[in-house]
Amino acid sequence: MTSRAEYCVLACADAWRDNGEVLASPMGTVPAIGARLAKRTFSPDLLLTDGEALLVGLDGRAEGWLPYRQHLAMVTGGRRHVMMGASQLDRFGNQNISCIGDWQRPARQLLGVRGAPVNTLNNPTSYWVPKHSRRVFVEKVDMVCGVGYDSAAAAGPSATRYHRIPRVVSDLGVFDFATPDHTMRLVSLHPGVTAEEVQDATGFPLARADEVPCTREPTAEELRLIREVIDPQGLRDREVPA
Amino acid sequence: MTDKTMTPEDVVARLRSGMTLGIGGWGSRRKPMALVRALLRSDVTDLTVVSYGGPDVGLLAAAGKIRRLVTAFVTLDSIPLEPHFRAARQEGSFELSEVDEAMFMWGLQAAANRLPFLPVRAGLGSDVMRVNPELKTVTSPYEDGETFVAMPALRMDAALAHVNRADRLGNGQYLGPDPYFDDLFCEAADSAYVSCEELVADFGTAAPQSLLIKRHAVTGVVATPHGAHFTSCVPDYDRDEAFQKLYATTPWPEFAARFLHGDEKSYQSAVQTWHEESA
Repeated sequence: MTSRAEYCVLACADAWRDNGEVLASPMGTVPAIGARLAKRTFSPDLLLTDGEALLVGLDGRAEGWLPYRQHLAMVTGGRRHVMMGASQLDRFGNQNISCIGDWQRPARQLLGVRGAPVNTLNNPTSYWVPKHSRRVFVEKVDMVCGVGYDSAAAAGPSATRYHRIPRVVSDLGVFDFATPDHTMRLVSLHPGVTAEEVQDATGFPLARADEVPCTREPTAEELRLIREVIDPQGLRDREVPA
Repeated sequence: MTDKTMTPEDVVARLRSGMTLGIGGWGSRRKPMALVRALLRSDVTDLTVVSYGGPDVGLLAAAGKIRRLVTAFVTLDSIPLEPHFRAARQEGSFELSEVDEAMFMWGLQAAANRLPFLPVRAGLGSDVMRVNPELKTVTSPYEDGETFVAMPALRMDAALAHVNRADRLGNGQYLGPDPYFDDLFCEAADSAYVSCEELVADFGTAAPQSLLIKRHAVTGVVATPHGAHFTSCVPDYDRDEAFQKLYATTPWPEFAARFLHGDEKSYQSAVQTWHEESA
């Protein structure tokens, strides 16, 4: 029986399918397992880091040097697909990790904008939300850090030129923005989740087809890789409990 | 040639209230903590701090020394949210100029290159533009005609950085995997003070690319063994995670009273005592 965490790993891994020779930058445990799964199976050309300043192969051996200054240059060069987290995410894909409430004097100060503005305007940016709720999926974010489709369009062609949000993965399903007005769409449901459940946990109306498919099943080899090779300690279950 | 060695107290004696002060390192990594601790013991205040923020910002915020902070984030890395930065922001204790990580880098580059700004494709469409209304855009004079953010130079009165090795002339060597932006901080500041784990007579057969900071950009050199504690300074030492956790969970007056009442030597010995007690 495939666990919810394992469907999430698969959905994250599929974000890097057919990406070619780019850096996969996963933020979070499940995306990190997903990136490794993608590289071990259908996207062998992906580059990975050790989380510090080295590019490493699957065996952990260094194949390149990527200190922060070069990492930021790789972002602007576009040869990278990042999967970031989100404290808030809205229907157009605007993301907030900076603060909750009024920026002048926030109710809850979080990390700051970090690299979300440069990421979203320069390389494909997907999102991972381990606990889907109305607190995260909001009508409007308090501070636009990661730029959504409406904000990019309003800012003009320099903002939209390389802007792309390929997908959002949560513990309930997979989402994208492939709608005429670039609002968030429910693409697939992890088995055991209903579309109503997802809508109830979302603070804005989701676009969706009448029949929403399930997130795909893993192959036997993918399951073996997740369980025995990439995450034998089961760290995925800590981020997405069964 | 000039021997630039000095003490942390000498460094702080050259700083003035109201200055714009850059601090090297990144998050909770290779921060010039001994120099920050010396600053905490001084009367210098009302600072504009420019930093990829970690506990340097947390300590200065808790001590009420920041008037304005220029940053993209403040974090302890293994502990995502910096408690004192958080509290200060939620109390409205200082002004914030919040910019993106890459905007920050190009601001340092502009300052080091004596340019008023550099164009960046970052910030457009984000609320960085809303919360920094002074930021302007620039249009490419070439055929593309694209519009970019004109990231202003982050010029500083003084900068502090910490490296693994330095000589008495001010040349600094990093031995870890990442230089962060310490060379740029030094070049973007009118004066720069570099602390080090160890003063060396020469760099022997070191890989030349590890010689990050050049003496022409350095005003003072300070030998501060364990001077980045409790942030990491690999390969000399990793982050002191247990102590960082203590820092993050202890009320500020209690932490300051136990660890910050004396000089650097008494700080290091208080840390050692705490480790022995908790072993």
